Amino acid sequence: MNQDTALEPERSRSSIGLKIEHLSKSYDSVTVLNDISLEVNPGEIFVIMGPSGSGKSVLLKQVAGLEVPTRGRILIDGKDIADPKTRPSVSMALVFQAGALFNSMSVFDNLALYPREHRLYNPKTIRDKVMRALQTLSLEDAAEKHPSQLSGGMRKRVAIARALVMEPELILYDEPTSELDPTMAATISEVIADLKEEFGVTSLVVSHDRDLALTISDRVAILMHGDLLQVATPENTRRSENPRVKDFLNPVIDIKNPRFKKKEYAS
Amino acid sequence: MNQIRKILEHFGETVVLCLRAFSHLPTLPRQWRRLIEQCYLVGYTTFPIVAILSFFIGSVLALQAGYSLQAVAGQDFIGALVGLSLARELAPVMTAILLAGRVGSATSAELATMKVYQEVDALVTMNIPPERILVLPRLVAVLLMMPVLTLTANLIGWIGGAIIAQNVDFIQLDTRIYFQGIQNFVGFRDIMDGLIKAEIFGFVVLLVSCNVGLRTTGGPREIGASVTRAVVISLILILILDYFVTSALMQF
Repeated sequence: MNQDTALEPERSRSSIGLKIEHLSKSYDSVTVLNDISLEVNPGEIFVIMGPSGSGKSVLLKQVAGLEVPTRGRILIDGKDIADPKTRPSVSMALVFQAGALFNSMSVFDNLALYPREHRLYNPKTIRDKVMRALQTLSLEDAAEKHPSQLSGGMRKRVAIARALVMEPELILYDEPTSELDPTMAATISEVIADLKEEFGVTSLVVSHDRDLALTISDRVAILMHGDLLQVATPENTRRSENPRVKDFLNPVIDIKNPRFKKKEYAS
Repeated sequence: MNQIRKILEHFGETVVLCLRAFSHLPTLPRQWRRLIEQCYLVGYTTFPIVAILSFFIGSVLALQAGYSLQAVAGQDFIGALVGLSLARELAPVMTAILLAGRVGSATSAELATMKVYQEVDALVTMNIPPERILVLPRLVAVLLMMPVLTLTANLIGWIGGAIIAQNVDFIQLDTRIYFQGIQNFVGFRDIMDGLIKAEIFGFVVLLVSCNVGLRTTGGPREIGASVTRAVVISLILILILDYFVTSALMQF
């Protein structure tokens, strides 16, 4: 049978939900995540915000199946991620904070790796899809370059383009707009929103970017020191009366009374 | 006690990695490009250093043998001594040691870098088993290339010995007699035993290097530590295995 004709030209996409139940993660005696429970609805853009070291990226690693939680469970589309059969059946992509691009391959090959390895399409379709993803992120000229020849921001965009080629039902973003200029950060926010509009892709975004969180998200969770403080709509998050949330979202620089000297921050 | 537990853990991880890699063997035909690339790295890039070292090892063996045997007028046996020493012992061990230094270190460095910079994690999230594309082609390549390298080492070492045996004043052994000695004393079995040893050593070197690389955690500093660990473990295992494999082969 001809391989080219045997393959499906397009894969169907649907939305999947995510449920985290009483998740805790400790490294030796240090607890990084403490009894986290939340639910991301199918097709939703769910942003987790919090200061550095609050456990956001660790949470993302548990969801991606890169680490095993100390307690609790994660259900994707109703299936426990701890079950080895679940992961291959879920179409999920993770956009790493530093890109995690394959340095030995060109940008084009980085993007084409997933469909090639899973033999999803014929070479021409793969080429078309890769070029379309590169165009979406204004990276057409970078196709033949190697990741080492790109700036930090470009590497981030390539990582997002690689996720687009995977045509996932769930995308996990780890700080997608860090290291990007404001225009490109806005473009990335638009891409995330567009994936929801066009394909109903569920997005779980970990970010410091207040503009991204409060503009394109459906709901925002605030995570601090491993504890989930609140889950609310962007509007309610903006109006939150929680002093820690307020201070995180609207920090005021006070030279005379710096926050790092205050007791509540020291604890 | 803790140290023994760590060694056993490492051994277990290595066995599991090997089994996982070979569970993807049916995918090898469509990974032919990666296989050729690895064959090139293992075979072609190691060849010059193997050739130079085997030439001089053959030479020094002939020199030592000539010096020692002149007292009993046994120069005619230099060919047999050089031939057997290289075929049964020195060629496979030396090739494996060079492989550990040249390819094992590069492999552990590359995989450790990929691990530290989350490239391995990226493969996992893409449902592409790292063992399939990073380990399997390397293990198969070393199995294909080690016999070639070892046979080359034998041949060049024998030639090195012949040149020295003929041209050093206190030996002056005719090349025809030298190679006659090899022909009379080095059998097919000796060559095969050497090749079996080379296959085992080479396989262990690459497997250990892959495992150490893929188990690297922490920052860039750990990459260097992993390379050192991979080379040291490989060298120790080559010499320990050498005794046991040689003993086992003598039983058959």
